[in-house]
Amino acid sequence: MKINRWVTLLGVISLLFLHGKTSVGAQQKTIVLGTTTSTQDSGLFEVLIPIFEKKTGYFVKTIAVGSGQAMVLGQRGEADLLLVHSPAAEKKFVAEGCGINRRLVMHNDFVIVGPSEDPAKVKGLRSASESFKRIASAKALFLSRADKSGTHVKEMDIWKRSGINPEGEKWYQQTGLGMGQTLNVAAEKKGYTLADRGTYLALKKNLELSILVEGDAILLNAYHVIEINPARWPKVNAAGARAFANFMVSRETQGIIKTFGVDKFGSPLFFPDAGKKEEELGR
Amino acid sequence: MDLILEGIKKALWLLLTLDPEVRGVTLLSIKVSGTATLISLLIGISIGTIVALSEFRGKRFFVSLINTGMGLPPVVVGLFVTIFLWRNGPLGFFGILYTPIAMILAQAIIATPIVMGITLAAIQQLPKRLQLQILSLGATRLQMVWILIKEAKLPLLAAVMAGFGGVISEVGASMMVGGNIKGYSRVLTTATVMETSRGNFDMAIALGIILLLLAYIINLILTQIQQRERPR
Repeated sequence: MKINRWVTLLGVISLLFLHGKTSVGAQQKTIVLGTTTSTQDSGLFEVLIPIFEKKTGYFVKTIAVGSGQAMVLGQRGEADLLLVHSPAAEKKFVAEGCGINRRLVMHNDFVIVGPSEDPAKVKGLRSASESFKRIASAKALFLSRADKSGTHVKEMDIWKRSGINPEGEKWYQQTGLGMGQTLNVAAEKKGYTLADRGTYLALKKNLELSILVEGDAILLNAYHVIEINPARWPKVNAAGARAFANFMVSRETQGIIKTFGVDKFGSPLFFPDAGKKEEELGR
Repeated sequence: MDLILEGIKKALWLLLTLDPEVRGVTLLSIKVSGTATLISLLIGISIGTIVALSEFRGKRFFVSLINTGMGLPPVVVGLFVTIFLWRNGPLGFFGILYTPIAMILAQAIIATPIVMGITLAAIQQLPKRLQLQILSLGATRLQMVWILIKEAKLPLLAAVMAGFGGVISEVGASMMVGGNIKGYSRVLTTATVMETSRGNFDMAIALGIILLLLAYIINLILTQIQQRERPR
């Protein structure tokens, strides 16, 4: 009989615990934001979301996955809005009627990082595709995210421009992991990889990797918000998505983005761009 | 090595100062995995007992399914639960994806076959004569089942430990159906994965140590009950 009492007690306790926060009726108060690992790993949302929630009373569920997966969630109407960095795929996404109101929020840039010994001698090169060519001809280890994230799409883009197909090469290894973990693998194996500057700076203290190539126009990394088209997916929280998108491009938020990370890393991780056109960036 | 020491120091510090975020994450781990284990006990013990005590065609096949289920990969459970709970999925109208309730559901699915399999083995290894003896002493069938369950108390407590241990340490399903949302569906395992990918290894180690401590304390309590009630 003793066990019986225990079970009842535990049952009551757990019911008490679960009461409240998880009520199902509050659905339209929650916003599902599909976004990239880079924005989560940098810690930006931990600053921005509490401000938004306090202001509006919405509850934001951030689902941090690669840009590719985030867009698939959007395509199926499983997210309310996206904050992603994969411009070509985004344009297609909007053209197909999945998303509306695509707006530029901020940018940073991609950098090619690698061991300071730099076996492929790419340090200081201006051109990303030239650097990739040298890495390929030196058969130096390169780590690819290979997860259809914005970073991976950009990497494929650069390989294409350099006229090399690295697929299947021995020196080309695919991690299938997020940015932070891929950087850790690259550091551990002394390989090269393509990373967004924000994540690299945030993790730099634990990495024995240096920035070797930066500043090429192709390395620009722009983040857009896209609201999921409520005409196609009626269950989407359109009002909430609009409110969050507006918040991201508001003057106050843009001001926070501008200074985010300066205290910790000495330089900002993202540059606010609301209202600008994508073509104007990086000039 | 420094990193591990650093992690241990951090774990102690987080525990001593009762860091509110870590406390929340730990409490949620207990709540989610505890509730999931309770649900799995209810379903697992009852079905396990019924199967153990009855004879039917295809019993061996059914038991082999349960035994395979004991090794259900959490990510696979997570994947299916996610697809079912999508807004536009078959169970979307519940609106529970990315909530602790979804995590409880997924973990209960993981733990139930574990509890069921161990229950089945525990009840089946009781001597067959015992049933007849109890019945001949004038017990009803229900009373007999209850006595048998009490007889198998030791292995059943092992089932509790195995079920709870399986879900408190699982990360794949919790990540997928819970979304690792700060202050809402973040548990010790998903937080550890996230801190690792952020390169905060000391924090990740600290969370790992807290998880181990938690598992140890709960198993210690269960072991105490189990060993105290050992038949002499």
